[in-house]
Amino acid sequence: MMSLVNRIGAAVLFLLVGTANAQELRIGLGNEPTAMDPHYHNLSPNNSLLSHVFESLVDQDERQRLQPGLAESWRTIDDTTWEFKLRRDVKFHDGTPFTADDVIFSFERAPNVEGSPSSFGIYARGKTFTKVDDHTVHIKTAAPYPLMPNDVSQVFVVSRKHGQGAKTPDYNSGKAAIGTGAFKFVEYTPGNRIVLQRNDQYWGQKPAWQRVIFRGIKSDPSRVAALLAGDVDLIEQVPSTDMERLKKDAKVTISQTVSNRIIYLHLDHFRDDSPFVRAKDGGAIKNPLRDRRVRSAISKAIDRDAIVSRVMEGEAIKAGQLLPEGFFGVSPKLKPVAYDPNGAKKLLAEAGVPNGFRLTIHSPNDRYPNDARIAEAVGQMLSRIGIDTQVVTMTQGVFFRDASTGSPDKGPKFSFILVGWGSGTGEASSPLKSLLATYDREKGMGASNRGRYSSAQVDKLINDALATVDDRKRADLLARATEVAIDDVGIIPLHYQVNTWAMRRGFSYKPRTDEYTLAGGVSKAN
Amino acid sequence: MVFVIRRVVQSLIVVLVMSLVVFIGVHVVGDPVHILISDDMTQMEIERFIQKLGLDRPVHEQYFHFLANAVRGDLGNSFVYGEPALKLILQRMPATLELALAAFLLAVVLGVPLGMYAGLRPESPASRAIMAGSILGFSLPTFWVGLMLIMVFAVMLGWLPSTGRGDFMTWDGLRHLALPAINLALFKMALVTRLARAGTREAALQDYVKFARAKGLSPARVVLVHVLKNIMVPVVTVLGLELGSLIAFSVVTETVFAWPGMGKLLIDSIQRLDRPVVVAYLVITVLMFVIINLVVDILYSLLDPRVRLREAKA
Repeated sequence: MMSLVNRIGAAVLFLLVGTANAQELRIGLGNEPTAMDPHYHNLSPNNSLLSHVFESLVDQDERQRLQPGLAESWRTIDDTTWEFKLRRDVKFHDGTPFTADDVIFSFERAPNVEGSPSSFGIYARGKTFTKVDDHTVHIKTAAPYPLMPNDVSQVFVVSRKHGQGAKTPDYNSGKAAIGTGAFKFVEYTPGNRIVLQRNDQYWGQKPAWQRVIFRGIKSDPSRVAALLAGDVDLIEQVPSTDMERLKKDAKVTISQTVSNRIIYLHLDHFRDDSPFVRAKDGGAIKNPLRDRRVRSAISKAIDRDAIVSRVMEGEAIKAGQLLPEGFFGVSPKLKPVAYDPNGAKKLLAEAGVPNGFRLTIHSPNDRYPNDARIAEAVGQMLSRIGIDTQVVTMTQGVFFRDASTGSPDKGPKFSFILVGWGSGTGEASSPLKSLLATYDREKGMGASNRGRYSSAQVDKLINDALATVDDRKRADLLARATEVAIDDVGIIPLHYQVNTWAMRRGFSYKPRTDEYTLAGGVSKAN
Repeated sequence: MVFVIRRVVQSLIVVLVMSLVVFIGVHVVGDPVHILISDDMTQMEIERFIQKLGLDRPVHEQYFHFLANAVRGDLGNSFVYGEPALKLILQRMPATLELALAAFLLAVVLGVPLGMYAGLRPESPASRAIMAGSILGFSLPTFWVGLMLIMVFAVMLGWLPSTGRGDFMTWDGLRHLALPAINLALFKMALVTRLARAGTREAALQDYVKFARAKGLSPARVVLVHVLKNIMVPVVTVLGLELGSLIAFSVVTETVFAWPGMGKLLIDSIQRLDRPVVVAYLVITVLMFVIINLVVDILYSLLDPRVRLREAKA
């Protein structure tokens, strides 16, 4: 009797759930791409999705290490010239062979897409491309440029035949969305779904999925519910509030890894009279944040373990430098600063502010997971060592405007901020160049150095590194630059985020540091 | 005719004032540049981008530029998608209309009979239950009800899909439509029920109803013809306005159910400070309300012969 009921139940369930194709994969995205044009918007959701259809010369693996992509090898042939040897067995989805002309066309197109909100120009400008033969490309720069493979890995190659004169809408409609990738473009309905189909002529390892459907489900609880209801097989950006529950759910598998994004504090290094630093009585005070001992005291006063376990609910890893271990150019010596409130008080006394001062921390409240709550926690911890900290949080549109250009002379407005940084290139020069190099508009250095940290020694190490082609030597220089800057408390690292995917039982995902959700990384046990 | 022309002129003024308010409003709430750009961009490139969007110019200049283009039917290009804002909105309009009309139908088809029943038999337990239910429909937050519907019907029972939209007018499409339509209809249904009940209670005591009864008409005819027709005037007025808000502001339901409609576009655009889309959206919304109001006025005259479409002489 029982078994009959069970069997009927199973049959009904089967009818209701429908016959989900065994070769079909359904993915729930937290953030949808904004276009199907691979050169339109340099943004993680776009790059993640479009890497199914398009490929670059150099690929990044799940830990962002460089791998051969459309180029089978690359090397420097003199100080300022890189040679890329292209694969010969690659065809575009329409059957035309892939050649050097497509590469050169792509790098010409990438910086010049009409209306692009965030262009790929940074990776293409200052480089001269020459076709040597159909399968060899030379790229020349004015000065030695070791980051060439990293830059090249960021730009997708499109078909010249279909790309000529094609604008972003032509890619969105699918007309020009012809790549070399493991999946072909089928359908793009903005706000609803993106459908891809396996490319059976793919040159590399063919994916297990015949058809992949990506659906944008931005609302966190709805995304989780879609997974629990079995409407999607896998979701990205699992909210930390649901983690405990999902971990206990036998029908769900979790996949996690550390992210390339660090959450850190930046401090006012450049103004003697800092707008949000005041003496205890509210009067003016010479900016104590310019004193290394005060900065160090602040770092010691922060209980990173508490932030990770309480505020982040365990979904973070405390940080001692700019990128987690294992990335190119990180220092093996730097460890997270230990919580030491007494040491912090001593340092404040040595610096001549034994009773502390008044400070305001500014933070976005809708940009990073739990951002406002982290700022509140930091505020309380600093108040404990006598630095009376007021917490002000705001929406990201206001925060980033003011943090970058909010002061009367179009400089940083705040004295002490909480921000994050993700290293798209997957190596340490990215955060060093943007956050800790001296601000220099013409050279494009220190673009996000909102504390205007400046150290001749750090600058020199960064510049040396950026001119050193030898990987081992460059990694050393980057590690040393990081050590000097962190030792000087140029910024205060808090934690690295953790990227999380949740999937139905039986599925597995190779988690990635760059937050990309790739169908090729999903497999199903049978 | 004069009436219509006058209404159109009034409406244009409303649109103009609204566009000014919204334009200034969205400029105050933040700067889209830092949301759109990737972290790796250099200072010079950020400046180039700001110039390209025209964001380096003063607000009034940007506004006149917008007006000049708007007159020619160009409401600007989305900062995020790089496509015309109008096209983006129209692209998502069918999904929203489908959802709004389904919810609207549910609200009317269920709300009017329920309300009439409660009005005819105010003391019966069923009527009390209907009225209690309508209070819940009013007061429960849409967001919470939406999530509960998903939890019960999609996650626990597995009867219906949790999110997304299927193809229009297919079995799959209807299954996807069911939960969001119920979610969106609940509040309106409660409203219609209460209006219909109040109207019915009032109408049931009127002389013409007594007379109809005295004439020996069947109860069904009395209720369905005489009462129903007379309670429809307030119901149509309110529903007209509510239909507008169903279409324009189904933001919460669309977000919870990941419904690819205009409401979701609006909320995404607000979060990303995609000014052209927000402004274009509200301009279209105002136009829509104006048109609906006009239609409601015309419907009045059909439902109630005493109303004539002309201005009262002062």
